[in-house]
Amino acid sequence: MKLDAKIPSGPLAEKWDKYIAESKLVNPTNKRKYQVVVVGSGLAGGSAAATLAELGYKVKCLTFHDSPRRAHSIAAQGGINAAKNYQNDGDSVYRLFYDTVKGGDFRSREANVYRLAQVSANIIDQCAAQGVPFAREYGGGLANRSFGGAQVSRTFYARGQTGQQLLLGAYSALSRQIGLGTVEMLNHTEMLDLVVVDGHAKGIITRNLITGTIERHAADAVVLATGGYGNVFNLSTYARNSNATAVWRAYKRGACFANPCYTQIHPTCIPVSGDYQSKLTLMSESLRNDGRIWVPKKVGDKRAPGDIPEEERDYYLERKYPSFGNLAPRDISSRAAKQVCDEGRGVGETGLGVYLDFSDAINRLGESVIRERYGNLFDIYKEITDENAYEVPMRIYPAVHYTMGGLWVDYSLMSNLPGLFVLGEANFSDHGANRLGASALMQGLADGYFVLPNTINNYLADQLGNCPSTDHSAFDEVEKDVQDITSRLLNNKGKRSVGSFHKELGNIMWTYCGMGRTKEGLEKALELIPQLREEYWKDVNVPGEEGELNQSLEKAGRVADFMELGELMCRDALTREESCGGHFREEHQTAEGEALRNDAEFASVFAWEHQGDGNEPVLNKELLEYEDIKMATRNYK
Amino acid sequence: MNIVTALLKTSIGKKVIMALTGVVLVGFIFGHLVGNLQIFSDPEKINAYAHFLQSLGPALWAIRLFLLVCVGLHIWMAILLWYENKKARPRDYAANHTIQASYASRTMKYSGLIVLAFLLYHIAHFTVKSTNPEFHEMTWTLADGTVVLDVHLMMVVGFSSLPVSLFYILSVGLLSLHLSHGFQSMFQSIGLRTETWGRGLKVVAIVLSLAYFAGNAAIPLSVLTGKVCRPASVEAAAESVSTSLNTHSE
Amino acid sequence: MKVKIKVWRQKDQESKGGFKIYDSPELNPNMSFLEMLDVVNEYLTDQGEEPIAFDHDCREGICGTCSLVIDGKPHGPHQGVATCQTYMRSFQDGDVITVEPFRAEPFPVIKDLVVNRKPFDKIMQAGGFVTVRTGSAPDANAIPISKEVADTAMDAAACIGCGACVAACKNASAMLFVAAKASQLNSLPQGQAEKDDRVINMVAAMDEAGFGNCTNQYECSAVCPKLITHDFISQLNRDFVAATVRKSFKSKPSTAKV
Repeated sequence: MKLDAKIPSGPLAEKWDKYIAESKLVNPTNKRKYQVVVVGSGLAGGSAAATLAELGYKVKCLTFHDSPRRAHSIAAQGGINAAKNYQNDGDSVYRLFYDTVKGGDFRSREANVYRLAQVSANIIDQCAAQGVPFAREYGGGLANRSFGGAQVSRTFYARGQTGQQLLLGAYSALSRQIGLGTVEMLNHTEMLDLVVVDGHAKGIITRNLITGTIERHAADAVVLATGGYGNVFNLSTYARNSNATAVWRAYKRGACFANPCYTQIHPTCIPVSGDYQSKLTLMSESLRNDGRIWVPKKVGDKRAPGDIPEEERDYYLERKYPSFGNLAPRDISSRAAKQVCDEGRGVGETGLGVYLDFSDAINRLGESVIRERYGNLFDIYKEITDENAYEVPMRIYPAVHYTMGGLWVDYSLMSNLPGLFVLGEANFSDHGANRLGASALMQGLADGYFVLPNTINNYLADQLGNCPSTDHSAFDEVEKDVQDITSRLLNNKGKRSVGSFHKELGNIMWTYCGMGRTKEGLEKALELIPQLREEYWKDVNVPGEEGELNQSLEKAGRVADFMELGELMCRDALTREESCGGHFREEHQTAEGEALRNDAEFASVFAWEHQGDGNEPVLNKELLEYEDIKMATRNYK
Repeated sequence: MNIVTALLKTSIGKKVIMALTGVVLVGFIFGHLVGNLQIFSDPEKINAYAHFLQSLGPALWAIRLFLLVCVGLHIWMAILLWYENKKARPRDYAANHTIQASYASRTMKYSGLIVLAFLLYHIAHFTVKSTNPEFHEMTWTLADGTVVLDVHLMMVVGFSSLPVSLFYILSVGLLSLHLSHGFQSMFQSIGLRTETWGRGLKVVAIVLSLAYFAGNAAIPLSVLTGKVCRPASVEAAAESVSTSLNTHSE
Repeated sequence: MKVKIKVWRQKDQESKGGFKIYDSPELNPNMSFLEMLDVVNEYLTDQGEEPIAFDHDCREGICGTCSLVIDGKPHGPHQGVATCQTYMRSFQDGDVITVEPFRAEPFPVIKDLVVNRKPFDKIMQAGGFVTVRTGSAPDANAIPISKEVADTAMDAAACIGCGACVAACKNASAMLFVAAKASQLNSLPQGQAEKDDRVINMVAAMDEAGFGNCTNQYECSAVCPKLITHDFISQLNRDFVAATVRKSFKSKPSTAKV
C-alpha cells in the first residue's frame, strides 16, 4: 500500500494555513445531518467532541469510564508546552517545533510537528478562558517553568495536576454540549469493533458495560481518541483500564499501525516491590532538578545508602553526561539506570532501582526549601514505600509511561481507512521515537480543539447521505465477530486467570522489548508470545456472565488484544535495525553506549498492515522527509 | 425563580430559612433570658417589666405572631429537610464512623424535638397558665399603685416543683446544645463563615451556649435552693391566695 | 499478614445484596488496598466464585474512580488520600475490615462495590462550565488574575469528583462537590458572566438528582481525598443567595400594552 501523508506543499510555516484555506467546507445547515462518533473522552476525545458539536455536527461520544472526566489524561503532572514566549527567553514556534523533532530523535513528521507548535499558543488561550486555574505570578500573568531539560521556560502548569485541570476544561466544554443536547454521551460503553462499509469507516460496535448489551452505532466518520497501549507491559504508569482494544480492532479492520515499538520509559518511577503489584507510580521528573542519581561502585554492595562513603558512589549520569547531568532526556536516563542495574549495581531488595539522593540539596538549601518544592512528592513516596526520603535517598526505576506509536494518520489525522480519524496518543504522528515532557497534553488538545475540527470537514463534505443504517449487513458481520469473541472467552472455563496471563505477557515484553532490545531477545519473544496466546485461548478462565457488569470479561478482551499487539511491537522492534529515541537496539550503539540511528535506511515510518489472523502483516513505509531541518545526532553531553 | 420559591423549594433556600429564623429565635431567647434574670432583683422590677410587655397590646400580638411564624418555619423546614435527607440516604453503613461532626450537630433533631415539647409546656405553664390556673390570681401592686400579675411569685411557685425545674433545666440544656451547633451553622448557611474566623465563631457559639445555659439554669436552681424566695409578707399573701383557691375548689 | 474482609455483594441494581466474609490469602503490608482486593479476586476466581466488582482506574489518587467505604470511612482510615493510596500496613494482621459501597440514593449500587455517580455529570452539564467557543479566546495573559485568586480557584479545582463527600454525609449531600465546582469558576474573572445562572442551575440540578441537604457537620471535607475545604460551601451559599436576590430584582421589560 502506498501511504500518502497528504502534506500541503509550500513553506513549512504556511502549510497549515494553506490546508485550511484549500479545505472543503460543510454548509452550516448541513452539519447537523452528519453523525460523528468520538471514541474516548480524554484530552483529545473530549475536546474534539465538544468542538465538533459546537460547530454543529451531531456527535456521539463514548467512554468506558463512569464519567468522561476520568480518562487517564488526568494523571499528567508536569505541564503543557506552548510557544508563547511569555518569558522573553528566546522561545518561538520554530524552537518548540525543532526541540520536539529533535527530542523525537528525528522520527516524527515535520509538518505535523510544526502545526503542533503553531496551535500550541491557542491551546493556552482556550484553556485559560475556560477557567483552567493555571499557576500565576504575583502580577497576575501566567507562570512558566522549564521542564524536561528544555532550555526555555515554556511549560504552563496547574500545581501538580495539569493533566486533570486541562481535562476538566475539556470536560466542562463537553458537559456544556451534552447539556445542550448536541452531544450524546455514552458512559460505561466500550468500543469493541469498527464497521467498515465500502472501504470507509462508518460505524462501531460497542458493549454497554453495565448491561452487557452489544450496540451498533452508524456514523459518517469515526474518531478514535483512545490513548496509548503501554499496558501491554502489564506494569506501567498507565491507568489499570487503559487499553488498546479500539485501535487494535481498527487495525484488524484495515487501519495501519505505525511504529508500534516506540515506547517511552520514564526514568523516575517508584520501583516494583512485589509480584502483587498492579501499577507503577511516577514521581515527577522535576525531582531531578535537585536530586542526584547514584548507585554503589561495587557490584552487589548491599550496605545501607548512608554507610556507603562518597568515594564509593557512582553518580553515573553526572559522570557520563557532564553538561546535562541528572537532567538528561528520559530515554537516556532510563537506559543508563538499566545499564547499572544490569551490571549488578542496582539497589533495593530486588536490585532493580537506583538512588535519587536529596542530601546535598538538603544540606545546601535546607530541608524546608526541599519540603516546599517537593513536599507532596515526598509524601506520596512515603505513602507507597513507607520510607522518609528526607532521611534516606529515594529509590527509583524506569517504567513504561507513554507509547509514541499508534494508528497511522495523514496530515489531516485520517488513517488509511477513509472516515477513521485518530487523535492524541492513539495516533503516531507527533512525537517520533521519544516524547518530550509536557508535550502529550499539548498534542491531545491540539488534535481535538484545533486540528480535527479543521480537517474533518474536508472528508465529510463529500459524504452527505453516506451514513449507513445499522441494519447494513456489515454491522451484522462485525457484531457476530464481537459476539464470538465474548462467548469464546466466557465459555472457555479454563484454569488460569486473565491476570496471570497479563503478568506473563508483561514479563516477556519488559524483558525482551523493554529498555534494551536485541535481535535474539525479540526473536525469542516472537516465539513466546504466540505460545502464550495459544495457551490463553485454551486455558483462560473468565468467570461471570455476559449480560451484566463483568470486569473479568472486560479485562479478558483487552488482554487478548494485548497478546496480539505485543507480538506486532516485537516484530516492529526487530525490523527496525537501528536505535532511536525510546527504541534501543543493543546491536546499534556508539562506543559510548549511545543510541545509533541509521538515517539512510530507517528515516521512515513503519506502518503495519493486517493480513488476517495467522498471517504476517505487511510493512508499508512512509519516508520522513525533512525540508526545513537537518537531521543531527542528539548530543546531551 | 422569585425569592420565595428559591427559598422554599431549593435545598440552600431551606437552609437559609433555617438560618434566618434561627437568628430571630436566638435573639428572642437571649432577650427572654435577660428579662427573666430580673428575678434576682426586687419583685417590683420583673413584675413591672412583665406588665410593660403585657401593656404593648397589639404590638405584643404582632411580636408573638412573628415569633410563632419563625418557630413554625423553623420546624416546617426542619421536617422537610429531615424528610429529604432520609430519602437521600435510606441506608446506613454497617460500620458507622463519625470523623469530626460534633455531638450537638448529630442530635439537632432530637434536641429540637424536646425543646419543642418544652416550649409547648412552657407556654402552657407561664403564658396561658393552663397548667397552673392559680397563677391568674397572683397579683402585685406596683409602686404607682397599678395592680399587675405577680410574675415573680409565679416563677417562685412554678420552680418550687422539683420535676418542673428538672425538666426546665434539661430543656434549656438541650436548647443550649442545639444553639452551640445552630449558632455557627447559621453563618455557614447564609455564606458568612470561613475557616479563618470559623474557629473564633465556634468559641463564641460555645461561650454563648454555656452562658445561656448558666443563666437559665440559675433561675430554678436559685428557687430550689431558696436563694430566690419571697419576703415573709408577700409569702403570706401568696399563702392566702392559694388557700382561697383551695377553699374555692372545695 | 492476613485479614478478613466483610464485603457487600450485590448482583445488580435490582438485587437485594448482603455482606459476605472472605479470608484473604497471605498479604504483603506494602500492598495497596486495591491490590489486596486484586489478590482476593484472583483467589476467588480460582475457587470458582465470582470476583468482587469494584471501581478503580489510575491507582494514583487523581482520577476519582475508586470509592469504597472502609470500616465506615470513605477512602479508608487516612486523611487526604483516596482508597487506591491506602496501604495494607494501615491495618493489623487478623483485622476484620468492613468494605461497603458508597451509600446514597442518587448513587445506586450497580454491582457489589460499584455505584453509579452519573448525577455528578448532570450537575456539571447544568452549569459547570464557562461558555467559550473554541478558537474565540483572547490571549491568555489579556486578563490578569491575582495569584491569590488563581490559588483559590486551584484549591477548588482540585476536586476529583469521587463522591466521597456524598458518601460521608449522613444526608448524602453533594454540597462540597457542587461548591468546589462552582467556586472554581465563580472565583475567576472568566466565570463572572455566567456566575448567577451557574449557581442557580447547578443547585437545581443537585436538588433534582435527589441529594440531601447540607447540615454543616463537615464530614465531607474531613474525608475528601483532596482536602477541599467546606469554606467553598459557605461561598456557594453566599453566591446562591446573592444570585437569587439579584435575579429577583432584575429589571424586566414592561408588559403593559401601549
